[in-house]
Amino acid sequence: MAHAVQDPPSETSLADPPIQLLDPAGNLGTDCRLPLDPATVDLPALYRDMTLVRRLDTEAIALQRQGELGLWPSLRGQEAAQVGAAYALYDRDMVFPTYREHGVAWCRGLDPVSLLGLFRGTTLGGWDPYEHHFNLYTLVIGAQTLHAVGYAMGLYRDGSTGSGDPERDTAVLAFLGDGALSEGETNEAFIWAAAQNLPVVFFCQNNQWAISAPYSVQSRIPAAQRAAGYGFPGIRVDGNDVLACLAATRQALDRARTGGGPTLIEAVTYRVNAHTTADDATRYRAAEETEDWTARDPLERLRAHLQSTGAVTDEYFTDLEARERDLAEQLRADCRALADPDASSPFEHTYARMPADLRQQLRQHMEFVPTGPQDGERT
Amino acid sequence: MTVSMVKALNDGLRQALSDDPHVLLMGEDIGRLGGVFRVTDGLRKEFGDLRVVDTPLGEAGIVGAAIGLAMRGYRPVCEIQFDGFVYPAVNQIITQLAKLRHRSAGRISLPVVIRIPYGGGIGSIEHHSESPETYFAHTAGLKVVTCATPNDAFHMIRQAVAEDDPVVFLEPKRHYWTKGEVDPASALPLEQAVVRRAGTDVTLIAYGPTVPVALEAADVAAEEGRSVEVVDLRSLSPWDVTTVRASVHRTGRAVVVHEAAFSHGFGAEVAARLQDEEFHFLEAPVVRVTGYDTPYPPSRLESDWLPGVDRVLNAIDRSLSY
Ligand SMILES: Cc1ncc(C[n+]2csc(CCOP(=O)(O)OP(=O)(O)O)c2C)c(N)n1
Repeated sequence: MAHAVQDPPSETSLADPPIQLLDPAGNLGTDCRLPLDPATVDLPALYRDMTLVRRLDTEAIALQRQGELGLWPSLRGQEAAQVGAAYALYDRDMVFPTYREHGVAWCRGLDPVSLLGLFRGTTLGGWDPYEHHFNLYTLVIGAQTLHAVGYAMGLYRDGSTGSGDPERDTAVLAFLGDGALSEGETNEAFIWAAAQNLPVVFFCQNNQWAISAPYSVQSRIPAAQRAAGYGFPGIRVDGNDVLACLAATRQALDRARTGGGPTLIEAVTYRVNAHTTADDATRYRAAEETEDWTARDPLERLRAHLQSTGAVTDEYFTDLEARERDLAEQLRADCRALADPDASSPFEHTYARMPADLRQQLRQHMEFVPTGPQDGERT
Repeated sequence: MTVSMVKALNDGLRQALSDDPHVLLMGEDIGRLGGVFRVTDGLRKEFGDLRVVDTPLGEAGIVGAAIGLAMRGYRPVCEIQFDGFVYPAVNQIITQLAKLRHRSAGRISLPVVIRIPYGGGIGSIEHHSESPETYFAHTAGLKVVTCATPNDAFHMIRQAVAEDDPVVFLEPKRHYWTKGEVDPASALPLEQAVVRRAGTDVTLIAYGPTVPVALEAADVAAEEGRSVEVVDLRSLSPWDVTTVRASVHRTGRAVVVHEAAFSHGFGAEVAARLQDEEFHFLEAPVVRVTGYDTPYPPSRLESDWLPGVDRVLNAIDRSLSY
């Protein structure tokens, strides 16, 4: 029975505690590995964005329950990791997300309703990846890590990395989950990035679970420790600490832009909700675990900090609540207004120029697409 | 006993695990969770985590490791979570799994089953509705089968596990919850096609998810006075030309229905074979009703994009117009 799969060792038994700058009680500390001048950080803005992102997520779940979305992957609990990482980006840096980076999308300035189309079934994309330097969501686990590598190769060839010009140097931020660490493609991406010293930062949100598989199914060491084996630095931060996430990502992106090569950041966090709205987490994980992590809520600690330091007034919170309500209302209205695509749309953009054969198929297809109101006709 | 296809597969796998201690199941989320479709529900509890293995998230790993296990005398049944996620494993399936028996002059036997929930029609997001059957059917050394009823699901999964060759086992996910009678004593040979409905005017050839579509079209056509025979292929590689040929001898006309794209699809194989071998029996060209040569569309469009009853009826009309 030597190889029997054990139940997961707890996250803390795997390594030293991850680096933290803001503790769960809201106290700000320091760590020489992550120098961060709090004066350079707009803490109220961070809290505002985390709050709005949580509301976006909550609202999307509600929309799914009402049948407006087919599915929604919740980010609850991961707001600090995502918003912190996003705050470290320059506009020109390119992001390669998975399907859960709603918080990063929000900070990149995407219209939040555009995040819903993929899950409503009205689109396979939803936004212009070049407009906000935020690539399309990637559902195939790990695939985006290689795209990030290729984009970084392009930056290098363009002289847009390590040029010494702070207005020009650019980096790539690729997101992945802890499950994605096991895909061959992710490991290829790490190898390429290392061997070519590419300006790419891999940001792994270790939320402890890949659907029902605990982290121990993927690895016996912390993700951050793997980086050394490929030949680049790995850093493990408290993923529920927005400041640690921001500081680590800023440091890694700076290094990447200036020619210092890749970094793997492991943000240790937790997926509070089920994997998606289609998943039932009670089948595989203990309620106590979820409660324990919920007590380390990333929003609460920043709120506590803002309140105890008097950094914001009561008015700030009242305004924020109003903004949350506006956002929720906007999402509800705009989601329902998302039109079904034209029946011809699958044919468009399949190729740069539609082949004659496909045009013929389109004509045949349109003969069968019902037009106008239908009542009980055969499909 | 009337059960859903999911339950029939679950029962079949349970039987296979009890019958042979060398059978083991591997896949993402198949243990604690019982698989995202619950096909392996309860099996880990019953057989333990060495027989029902939650793997790391890597499809190449699942199939590659299954090859090694098979070389050591085991009979691994791999679950790929969704059709669109088999591609990372395609290298292992095509370059290794399919070829090692031949390359080793028969010394290596790889009794590996790769179960894939496949096809559209359940309102999923991208990569969750694909029809990859011809990638595998086009590869020598693999068997490719698909079940359309709970009875077939129960028998075919056990037969696939008992096969000494690798089997790609396609499960039409939109029929996972469709119930049907399972008769433990009614197994057909794994590679045999079956006439699901007899008729004399035209033969509809379908498999997996499109079998019910073909049957429904045949019902509607009957109201219009047309006698339509429906053949369920069940196995795509090898495929049962004999049964299809006999049916076409009766009707003189053939329409193939599948969800995968039109060009280079399985329908092309059937059409080519029939015109080559049965040219003199055919009263009309073989007609294909398929998905289009586009990516699988967002779910709001899938009901029109998928081959439906109207398109099948139209194809029947076309065939009969010759
Ligand atoms: C190649 C591939 N295999 C399987 C899946 C099915 N699947 C979707 S999400 C998921 C778990 C992902 O876990 P992780 O990488 O930790 O990211 P998380 O969802 O926890 O953020 C799985 C197995 C997939 N999308 N792609």
